[in-house]
Amino acid sequence: MRNRDPGRASSAPPRREGGDRDWSVVVEDGRAKTNEPVSSAVAEPEATTLRHEPHEPPRQQLPTKLFEKRTKVHNKRIDGPFRRFKWFVMAVTLAIYYGTPWIRWDRGPYAPDQAVLVDLANRRFYMFGIEIWPHEFYYVAGLLIMAALGLFLVTSAVGRAWCGYACPQTVWTDLFQHVDRLVDGDRNARIRLDAAPLGPGKLAKRTFKYAIYLVISFWTGGAWIMYFADAPTLVRDFWAGEAAPAAYITVAILTLTTFTLGGFMREQVCIYMCPWPRIQTAMMDEKSLLVTYKDWRGEPRGSVKKARRNPGEFGDCIDCLQCVAVCPTGIDIREGPQVGCITCALCIDACDRVMADIGRPRGLIDYATLEDCEKEANGEPTPSPYRTLLRPRTIAYFLIWGSIGLAMLFALGVRNHVGLSVSPDRNPPYILMSDGSVRNSYTLRLRNMESRPREMEIAIDGLPGAVMWTDMGGRDAAARTQVKTVPADEVLTVRAYVVVPEGASTQDFDFTVTSRDE
Amino acid sequence: MADKRIDEPTGTPTVGHEWDGIEELDTPMPRWWLWTLYLTIVWGVVYVVLYPAWPLVDRATEGVLGWSSRGELAEEMSVVDQARTTIREELARIPVERLPENSELFAQAVAGGRSAFQVHCSQCHGSGAAGSQTLGYPNLNDDDWLWGGDLKAIEYTLVNGIRAPGVDDTRTSIMPPFAGAFERSQLDALVNHVLSLDGRGTSSSAGAQTYRDNCSACHGVAGEGNRELGAPRLNDAIWLYGNSPADIRAQILDPRMGRMPHWSGRLDPVTIKMLSAYVWSLGGGEELVEVAENPTVEVDAEP
Repeated sequence: MRNRDPGRASSAPPRREGGDRDWSVVVEDGRAKTNEPVSSAVAEPEATTLRHEPHEPPRQQLPTKLFEKRTKVHNKRIDGPFRRFKWFVMAVTLAIYYGTPWIRWDRGPYAPDQAVLVDLANRRFYMFGIEIWPHEFYYVAGLLIMAALGLFLVTSAVGRAWCGYACPQTVWTDLFQHVDRLVDGDRNARIRLDAAPLGPGKLAKRTFKYAIYLVISFWTGGAWIMYFADAPTLVRDFWAGEAAPAAYITVAILTLTTFTLGGFMREQVCIYMCPWPRIQTAMMDEKSLLVTYKDWRGEPRGSVKKARRNPGEFGDCIDCLQCVAVCPTGIDIREGPQVGCITCALCIDACDRVMADIGRPRGLIDYATLEDCEKEANGEPTPSPYRTLLRPRTIAYFLIWGSIGLAMLFALGVRNHVGLSVSPDRNPPYILMSDGSVRNSYTLRLRNMESRPREMEIAIDGLPGAVMWTDMGGRDAAARTQVKTVPADEVLTVRAYVVVPEGASTQDFDFTVTSRDE
Repeated sequence: MADKRIDEPTGTPTVGHEWDGIEELDTPMPRWWLWTLYLTIVWGVVYVVLYPAWPLVDRATEGVLGWSSRGELAEEMSVVDQARTTIREELARIPVERLPENSELFAQAVAGGRSAFQVHCSQCHGSGAAGSQTLGYPNLNDDDWLWGGDLKAIEYTLVNGIRAPGVDDTRTSIMPPFAGAFERSQLDALVNHVLSLDGRGTSSSAGAQTYRDNCSACHGVAGEGNRELGAPRLNDAIWLYGNSPADIRAQILDPRMGRMPHWSGRLDPVTIKMLSAYVWSLGGGEELVEVAENPTVEVDAEP
C-alpha cells in the first residue's frame, strides 16, 4: 500500500462491460495481437483493451500473502525551518494538553476554581469565564461545526497541515520517535540495533525505551481525567486509591492506546485507520498546498559526479534518499502525492539541506499547488504560494467560520443568567376551592446560572385579582409575588398555586422572574 | 469468478472482481490487522464460555460466570433498596407533623408518597387526586376536609379508614335518611335554605326552621360543618355529591356516605407517612393547630 502512486495505480485503461466474454473471444480469434491503440477500445467491441495484449501476463495463479509485515520506519534526525516549526507546535499542543487542567480560575465559594472543567456529575462545563449548562449544548454543537469548518478552511488553504503538525497522532508519534532517538540513537544505530540479536544490551535499551513510552502514555491518560474533576484533589485521590473506578479505567485505556498507537502503530494509524485522509481528498483542489517533488526539475536522477561529467543530462535530484530517510511515515515523496504523506515537510528540510550542500537552488521538494506545478513544469512564472491563502474558497470558509464564532460570542454575551420554565398541572386541570375561587397549579423551575445564591422574585403578570403561593409557603403567604432563594448554580423546583377569586374570567397570564440583586 | 491477474503498474495481484471497469488490488492486510481478527475470535470464544450465549429451547446456555440480566437487575434493586433504607429509617423516627421542618426528608416523603398513591389510591381518588363527584370520592387537592386536613388528621384517616368495617378506631358517622320525614313543601323550603347557605337562592323562615330542627346539630347553624363527625360544610362551594337542588334533595332523603378502607396492616407506617405527606402537599394541606399531646417527645435532630 505504501510507496504507491494512486495516479499511476489507476492508469490502467478501464475494462469494458462484459469484459469476460470479450476477453475469451479475443483469445480465441487472437485479434488482441493486432496491438491496437487504446482509443480503438471504445470504437469496436472486438478490439478490447490494451491490457489483454499478449506481453501482459493473462490469467495465472498468484501467490496470496495472508498479511504484509510492516516495514519499520526509522526516520532520520533533521533540522530545518519546518522541523523547528514542528517542534514549536508539539511544545505548544502538549503544553496545552498537559497544563490546562492546572490553571485555576476563581469563581467564588460556590463553584469549582478549575479554569477548564467538564463536570459530568453536576452537568456543568466550565471554560474560564464561560459556564455551559446542559440546555445550552448548542454551544458545543457550534464548536463542533466550527471545528469541521476550520478543518475545511485549513485543508483548502494549506492542505493536510492538520495531519502534519497538529493531529494528536502526529504529535505523539513525533514525541515517541524522539524517545527512540534518545535511547537507541539515530537512524543507522536503530537499524543496526533492530537487526542485532537480543542480548543484555539490547534488552536493557528496549526495557528503558518502553518504560519511557509507558510513562508518557500514563501521563497522557492521567492528564485526560484531570479535565473531569478538580485536578489537585484527583491526583491525591488517585494515588491514595480513592478515585472513582472510571478514573482508573480511563487512565488504563488511554495508557494502553497511547502506548500502542503512538509507540508501535504510528504511520499505520494514518494509512489504515484514519478516515481523514480519504475525506481530505474531497476538500482539496488544484489550489491547495501539497508537499510536491518537482520531477520536471529533478529527473532524471544522477549523482553530482555524473552530472558534472555530462552537463545538461541530469536533473537536480541526486537520489541521495534523504527525503525518504527523514519521512516519519516512510514514504518516497518522489512517487507523487500519496495517502501516506501527512505533509509534515521534513523532506523539504532534508532536500533543501542537500541542495545547499551541493550548491543547487532549494525547493526541489517544496510546498506547491497542483496549479503551480503545471505552470512551473511548463516554464511559466509562479506567484508566491501564500496567495493560495486568499482566494474565494478560503475566504468563504473563513467568513462562515468566523460568523458562527461571532454569533456564539454574541449569544454568550447576551444570554440570561436567570431562567424560568413553567409546566402547568393538567391533572386535574383546575381545582375549585371552598370559597368558590379557582386554583391552578404549576411546576416552576427557577434557574440560577451564577455561582452565588440569588434571591429571585416570581410575579404574576396579568390576571387581575390573582394571587399565588408556593408549596413551601402556605396560603397565608398568598400574594402577587413570591421570593425564593435559589442556591448557586442550581435549578430550584417550586410548585406554585395561583388562585383567582370566584367569578374571574379565564385569561392568559405570564410568570416573570427577576433577580433581586440586578 | 476468481480471474486474478497482476496489475501491471503496481505489480500487485487483483482480487478478481470488477465493477464498472474498476478493479481492486489484492493488497495483503497489515499483520496487526490479522492479529486483531484472531483476537476478536478469541474474544468471541471466551465470551461464549463465560456468558449466556447460545439460545436453546427454553433458555440460553448459562456461561460459567453464572451472570444473568435478571441477577444483575436484582443486584441493582438491592442497592437501591439499601439507599432507601436510610430514608425509611429516618421517616420511621420522625412524627409526621414534624416532616415539613426537614425539607429534604419531606421532599423524599412526597416523592415516595406520589408513587404509593398511584398504586393504592388512584383507583378511587384518580391519578391527579381530583376524586370524582359522580362516585363521591373527595378531591384531595382542595382545601375542604371532612375530617381535617393537617398531617396528623390525614395520617389518621389513612391508618383507620372511614367507616371501615371491623376497625375500632375508624372515622365513622351516619347521616340519617329523611325519606318520609318531610312534607313536600317542607323539603323544598329546606333545600332552598341549604342552597342559600353558600349564597345561592333565598331562604324562607320555614326552611330555616326545618334546618335548625333537623340538620344544625351536625352541620352547624350556619352550615359550617363538624369535623368531629365528618359532617360536611354546607356553606362553601364544594359539594361532594353535587350542588344542584336535585342532588341536595337526594342526599337528604337517602344519603350516600363514603367509605374508605383502612391501610394499617396493609401498608407499613412509613408508606402511610409518605402518603400523608403527599396528600398534604397537594395544595390544600392545613397547618397543624392542635398542641402536641405529649410535648416532651424528643425528636431526633435533623440528620
